Amino acid sequence: MSDFTSGFWNIYIVVLTLIGILGCGLLLWSQSQHKITLPPGAKAQTQTTGHVWDEDLTELNTPMPRWWMWLFYITIVFSLAYLVLYPGLGEYAGKLGWKSAGAYQQELKQAEAEYGPLFAKYQQQDLKAVAADPQARAIGERLFLTYCAQCHGSDARGSKGFPNLADNDWLHGGEPDVIKTTIMNGRNGMMPPMAAAVGSEKDVENVAHYVLSLSGSTSDPIKSVLGKPKFSAACAACHGADGHGNQMLGAPNLSDKTWLYGGSLETIMETIRKGRTNTMPAFKDFLGEAKVHVLAAYVWGLSNVKGAAPQ
Amino acid sequence: MSSNTTPEVAVVKMYAAREEIYAREVQGRYASLRWVCVWLTQILFYGLPWINWNGRQAVLFDLLARKFYIFGTVLWPQDFIYLAALLIISAYLLFLATAIAGRVWCGFACPQTVYTEIFMWIERKIEGSRSARMRLDRQPASLGKFARKFGKHAAWGAVALWTGFTFVGYFTPIHTLAREVATLGLGPWEWFWVLFYSFATYGNAGWMREQVCKYMCPYARFQSSMFDKDTLIITYDEKRGEPRGARAKSARADATQKQKQGDCIDCSMCVQVCPTGIDIRRGLQYECIGCAACVDACNGVMDKVGLPRGLIRYSTDHAMKQGLSSADIRRRALRPRVLIYLAILLAIVTAFGMSLAMRTPLKMDVLRDRGAMGREIEDGMIENVYRLQIMNTSESAHRYRIVVDGLPSLRLAGADEVTLNGTETRSVPVRLRIDGGQAARGSNKIHIGLQALDDSGLKVREEAVFYVPR
Repeated sequence: MSDFTSGFWNIYIVVLTLIGILGCGLLLWSQSQHKITLPPGAKAQTQTTGHVWDEDLTELNTPMPRWWMWLFYITIVFSLAYLVLYPGLGEYAGKLGWKSAGAYQQELKQAEAEYGPLFAKYQQQDLKAVAADPQARAIGERLFLTYCAQCHGSDARGSKGFPNLADNDWLHGGEPDVIKTTIMNGRNGMMPPMAAAVGSEKDVENVAHYVLSLSGSTSDPIKSVLGKPKFSAACAACHGADGHGNQMLGAPNLSDKTWLYGGSLETIMETIRKGRTNTMPAFKDFLGEAKVHVLAAYVWGLSNVKGAAPQ
Repeated sequence: MSSNTTPEVAVVKMYAAREEIYAREVQGRYASLRWVCVWLTQILFYGLPWINWNGRQAVLFDLLARKFYIFGTVLWPQDFIYLAALLIISAYLLFLATAIAGRVWCGFACPQTVYTEIFMWIERKIEGSRSARMRLDRQPASLGKFARKFGKHAAWGAVALWTGFTFVGYFTPIHTLAREVATLGLGPWEWFWVLFYSFATYGNAGWMREQVCKYMCPYARFQSSMFDKDTLIITYDEKRGEPRGARAKSARADATQKQKQGDCIDCSMCVQVCPTGIDIRRGLQYECIGCAACVDACNGVMDKVGLPRGLIRYSTDHAMKQGLSSADIRRRALRPRVLIYLAILLAIVTAFGMSLAMRTPLKMDVLRDRGAMGREIEDGMIENVYRLQIMNTSESAHRYRIVVDGLPSLRLAGADEVTLNGTETRSVPVRLRIDGGQAARGSNKIHIGLQALDDSGLKVREEAVFYVPR
């Protein structure tokens, strides 16, 4: 694929490069010796270069060793050989077919050969067994710090919009296999805007109070009672009649004090009004199943293996 | 020389074949001094890798693990400043020595000189003296000539290979390397560097010799900027020596003859011993590496002909022109140029020594979590997450307490102690908390520190930022 819009630039570079190299050779050859004309009878005792300035200032010739000249010629041969073997001459790819992308793939292959067997060994094991292995957990921690900590935090405790992975409270399920599925395929969390379904702004507030009451948080009892029927009509389909949520749908449990976006009245009203959309990307292709296996075991271990979670 | 009337055409060649220099063997004070330098530097170079310290090689530059062991000290890439300081100190030592006594480094301690000296010794042992070597080279090819040449190159090769092996022994544990060499089981890069360094030694000390100094070495070129007219250089005393010329032994005592002739008997010994092939009687030349071989040679000749030593000697340009005494020369050594070099050198050496002595073998980088700046948790507390990249650069395990300060109620959530093995690096996630309303919204400056439990002097303190969500 050409980097330029026109084939002219390819030829331009090739010509410039070759003229440069051959020009160097020519310069070297033409300057390594030259003939001078001396005035009659002035055959110099000491050799000069024949250059004369200011009428009588002559330049003494102190020749460089000849191997030095050959080194210059060798650089010319080297550069031509390089341009034949490696990419460099315009779009010509070089006889060896070397590519920086290829070099990267080569390194990946080497790393795979070195570490692959280790991951393959863990992949044979049950996730709970992997989570119990301190070495696997150390590998998992490094993977987590590299690929997961940007969103879920170095301590895996998340932040607003990014679930806490160390509290054993799960949106999509906390069984090891489910966690692995989550990492492999990613998740889409989607709560639709419910303002229309719930009704007026007053109704939204009432439902929010009811939601707060589910977890025993401070709420207005009257508004809460008023909100209950609306909740049953609009929310219970996903969150369940008692607000315990549904991990099949990724609908959060509303009866605990874990809030993904915050548990204040205003935030809950905002959530009801506008809904929430959230995405966990799929890591299947990026990391490969073997690494995801170790990662899933690490994440499961955070809330199930004593002392596994970062303090 | 064809005619005096027609213009003559000459070909000027900008490159010429090197003319072999057959340096004559020399004995004397400076030659002995050079051999002392050869022994000292080479015992150090060849011997150091074999010394062990605390169950490991005393001096080892482990490039793969990026740890540089020098006896009790382990330097990490973060300590690279010390290498820079060491190079600066070396440079100033060189400047100082050059300002005082010219190219003494070149003449006595430079590896090029030292290995050339060793290689010339081998050459003499196998091919004989200067005249024998010249004769041998003029001879047509013969079995005897081949045997001598082969013997010389084999001996050079052996020394060169041992040098290359020793060099790599500074980067790969030399005992392991010795085993690998015995079984020819070296890794590709070990092979490369052993052979490359050997080849460089063999080529530079055997074949290139003075050409390294004349055409390749940058120091040889910029040393002239450190010279002045009070710098000690190898000088030929022209007033005393000229007019030069051979003389009969009987003429020596003859007063009239003595007036006519200088002390130089034009024996050309000073030219024959010169490793760069110059005639010192033509004055200071850029090729002169200050080895003082001509001083030794001339002194020997002067002893033989019964004239005082020192026709060629260490002296200065000013001393020659103004007839200064050696006391004057010594006094002028303490001139501003020298004193400035000395002051800078002392300052850097002091700073270097103090910094090295006060170095804490513990480093820490604080990395804030960027994805989540700060979070509100139960009861309005604010929590920030950090990753502490802790480097225990000592060789023993330590247990550290993590200490924080800078905001009211600032504290660690979870364990506040961490153990690291010797030379271990670990990334430790920590959570810091403050109670709600204890800090302004936005960034607040705090400090995170580490304090070793078993050594009160072993501690670090790093600045960090605690973020309260707006």
